[in-house]
Amino acid sequence: MRLLFREALLSFRRAPVLSGLSITTIAFSLFTIGLFGLVAINLQRALEGLEERVEIVAFIMRGTPAESIAQASQDIAAFPEVQDVGYVSEEQALARARRELVEFRDAYRDLQVNPLPPSLELRLRPGFRDAAHVGAVAERLRGFSFIEDVRYGREWIQRLDHLRNLTGVLGLVIGLVFATVAMVIIGVTIRLTLLQRAREIHIMRLVGATNWFIRGPFLLEGALKGILGGLLAVALCYGGFLVFRRSAESFNGLLFFEPWQAAVIIGFGMLMGLGGSLLSVGRHLRRMGGRADRRAS
Amino acid sequence: MIRLSHVHKTFPNGAVALRDVSFHVARGEFVFLTGHSGAGKSTLLKLLYAEQRPSSGEVRVSGHVVSALKGDQIARLRRRLGIIFQDFRLLEDRTAAENVAFALEVTGARKDAIAARASRVLAQVGLASKSRAYPRELSGGEQQRVAMARALVNDPAILLADEPTGNLDERATRGVFQLLRDINAGGTVVVMATHDLDLVRQTEYRTIEMREGAVVYDSADEAPAPGPQ
Ligand SMILES: Nc1ncnc2c1ncn2[C@@H]1O[C@H](COP(=O)(O)OP(=O)(O)O)[C@@H](O)[C@H]1O
Ligand SMILES: [Mg+2]
Repeated sequence: MRLLFREALLSFRRAPVLSGLSITTIAFSLFTIGLFGLVAINLQRALEGLEERVEIVAFIMRGTPAESIAQASQDIAAFPEVQDVGYVSEEQALARARRELVEFRDAYRDLQVNPLPPSLELRLRPGFRDAAHVGAVAERLRGFSFIEDVRYGREWIQRLDHLRNLTGVLGLVIGLVFATVAMVIIGVTIRLTLLQRAREIHIMRLVGATNWFIRGPFLLEGALKGILGGLLAVALCYGGFLVFRRSAESFNGLLFFEPWQAAVIIGFGMLMGLGGSLLSVGRHLRRMGGRADRRAS
Repeated sequence: MIRLSHVHKTFPNGAVALRDVSFHVARGEFVFLTGHSGAGKSTLLKLLYAEQRPSSGEVRVSGHVVSALKGDQIARLRRRLGIIFQDFRLLEDRTAAENVAFALEVTGARKDAIAARASRVLAQVGLASKSRAYPRELSGGEQQRVAMARALVNDPAILLADEPTGNLDERATRGVFQLLRDINAGGTVVVMATHDLDLVRQTEYRTIEMREGAVVYDSADEAPAPGPQ
């Protein structure tokens, strides 16, 4: 085990430029992914704020008995998508209108009959605040005989949906592209090390080293570089975050990664390092081990 | 210890390196493998230490069918073989002692055992005083002796030597050859490929001569006295 570590660390000293390069590329790719993640986190939170306001209003036919309304409210509150249901009476609706629509205050004051119908206002649980769920709930509400009309901000909700999907897809695509690039670069740097050390590896095999014994230091080297790259990426992200947050008053509330999210980034770096080295070492050993073997027969 | 039965080897490029080679090497033997350059000596040795596979036929070493071994089984076979080459194949950035210890490290031996064993075999090949020297600070003969110490450090049952004296002057050749004889006297099978016929004629050891991939002469066939067939 100690030998393993010594061999792995030795490569840093033997090829400092190459090692630095691979750490930097891992760091850079994770930094990019990380920045995107930060945008996604903050966008998600902003969206959650907007989603809070997603609500459905169901207008109730005048003259519906209070018991029916109360019963219906209970049924609706039991929908799995529904967070809460509020009843707004005709009087409350009028009072609200007078309060909020100042321009029409006089008009409303002189009214003999109340033109505003009573309504049920409902909000959906988080996770159900997308166009499909809102539409489905609205459809079910229309099924109640005393509900005249159902309103919700259809377009607005759909736009929210698009934005969210776009961030998700974009994040995934960019993340995958950069992860692939980083893995390839790690693979290439490890392959260069392997070529530098081909003679040594050949001799190791001749004196009876197992494949895992040969692989071990390279895998450890890859993992270490990945972890270092991940740490560097988190540090860079934090730097970028601080600069960005200072740039404008309104960014004061910006979020940074939770510790577990930072750990995921670093762990991801480790996996990339391991993956890159595993791929290139595996291929190298197979080629060295059986150039003539496999093809001749 | 070693048995080849109707071994053929053709490379992917069509080069035929071995044609219907069959022979047996018994416990304790010293065998010269002779023949011109390109006769197939190196290829034959490579089959023995599983660097290459026969195209057909069977190669057995210490009871194992070499071509059937894979992965770590090959590694384990090689730990019971000592292999030396014309070009020594030492690691330039390690001292003589470290080069020898290296062969033990890969087997996962314990650290204190490694150092003791490495210095013992270095003494055995007469290089105790040079254990801290790097390969570039050693003469050819000395480098080959380091390589031999490395080959011996795992106590091999068989020592395979591919033209071990090919790069050495006459004095160094004699030294290395004497060491090989000593090793054989200790019970280790030695198979030595060489085209140094003077060396071959000096001794009574069994000689297998190859030409264009085929065995054309085996001294054991006409004088079956020393070889227990
Ligand atoms: N890897 C290889 N690919 C193709 N041909 C090879 C390879 N190794 C050896 N040969 C050919 O096989 C023949 C025997 O080579 P070798 O075993 O090295 O002979 P020797 O060691 O007796 O000089 C030669 O003709 C050589 O060109
Ligand atoms: Mg040869």
